[in-house]
Amino acid sequence: MTRPRLVTGARLRYDEVREEHVLLVPEGVVRLNPTAAEVLELCDGERSLDDIVGALSARYDGADVRDDVHDLVDAMALRGLVVDAAA
Amino acid sequence: MQPPRPSTLIAELSYQCPLHCPYCSNPLDIGGGMYREELETEHWIRAFREARALGVLQLALTGGEPMLRRDLVELCAGARDAGLYSSLITAGTLLTREGAQALKSAGLDHVQVSIQSPDAEDNDRIAGNRSFEKKIAAARIAKELDFPLTINCVLHRQNLDRIEELLDLALDLGAQRLELANTQYYGWAVPNQEALMPSWDQLRRAEEAVQRFRERVGPKVDVLWVLPDFYEELPKPCMGGWGRTAMVVAPNGDVLPCQAASTIPGLEFANIRERPLEWIWSESDAFARFRGTDWMQEPCRTCPLGRQEMDWGGCRCQALRLAGDAAATDPVCRFSPHHDRVIAARESAQTDEFVYRTMKRPRVPEIG
Repeated sequence: MTRPRLVTGARLRYDEVREEHVLLVPEGVVRLNPTAAEVLELCDGERSLDDIVGALSARYDGADVRDDVHDLVDAMALRGLVVDAAA
Repeated sequence: MQPPRPSTLIAELSYQCPLHCPYCSNPLDIGGGMYREELETEHWIRAFREARALGVLQLALTGGEPMLRRDLVELCAGARDAGLYSSLITAGTLLTREGAQALKSAGLDHVQVSIQSPDAEDNDRIAGNRSFEKKIAAARIAKELDFPLTINCVLHRQNLDRIEELLDLALDLGAQRLELANTQYYGWAVPNQEALMPSWDQLRRAEEAVQRFRERVGPKVDVLWVLPDFYEELPKPCMGGWGRTAMVVAPNGDVLPCQAASTIPGLEFANIRERPLEWIWSESDAFARFRGTDWMQEPCRTCPLGRQEMDWGGCRCQALRLAGDAAATDPVCRFSPHHDRVIAARESAQTDEFVYRTMKRPRVPEIG
């Protein structure tokens, strides 16, 4: 995965009714915890995985978020929800 | 007790349709007087806003053929304003590039095009209308405009053996999803059951083809495949459970817990012209009747597998049709005293003749 982006048609939004982040996809809703939503917001097809790790780490005082970001992006890619913009 | 929050609104905008598919999920009396008065634009847009406030996130714009609604662009804009993710469920025959562009600009999120078979001639025979080329053109337009594309094909005895062609066609069209919807026996599929019911061999071969395709293609194409009810031993949670996740609004504004609920006698459906959606979902008799588990009879009441809150008793319309009681256990369940009727239906006499969907109500044979 070089430059992850959300699959065509996927939209991130905050569900004010349930008070949680969701990823809306064709005929489906993926419920997200706040961290996952933050990662996916950065999956814009421009940033590399390293850029995303760096941006999040900076946001959390240099915390090591590398494995968490990779695990999430891999899991979303397996479900076809995140694709590689470089592919 | 607070009812659960719905996530899906199925908006049947119109029962008019250029196609005549013999398994259409619409009621048999679509030509009857009660559906002639379709809702106004503002009724729908208010319903979208009320649905979002209840928790709905997904909107299916369907029919009949939703593209026959002249206000479809306005409805898509209304859905986007309300905060819903909208899907157009279309036969594709009326989708032009200009029309699709207008829908895209208005905020439509996703396009689903149905095909009846991957073979042009077969498609047109099943649809009762020359439509294959137009459908393929529609799918390509949707793709060019960067819509996520779903191809939907209702499967049955007369097209299951073409499953490999169908999978390849979906890949060729660039579909992100392929919905392989084995026929459900309600609506127009009931008078056509003998022409549609597949054999176990057909289903097994199709399932293997789907498995091979998934291994070859990976997550690029999400293939949805579910074994048809009549070949199951345990019921599915029909509609995710009665009054739990979804509601259907008919073209006249009646709000139903499922597309086939109007076949259940004694249920009264509230109308969005007269009542707020919140009241209909939370208070109306039709949604409360089979919600939860209190209504259940034996064997559901003491389910030996403890599945009451997994399958919610299965399908009420199937229970009515096969067991004669909408509150009975879905006869698909092997613990149902009527399960033999499901087994018998698997071996029903077979015909290639269809009763095509028209505005005239057909005679319905007794099953079971």
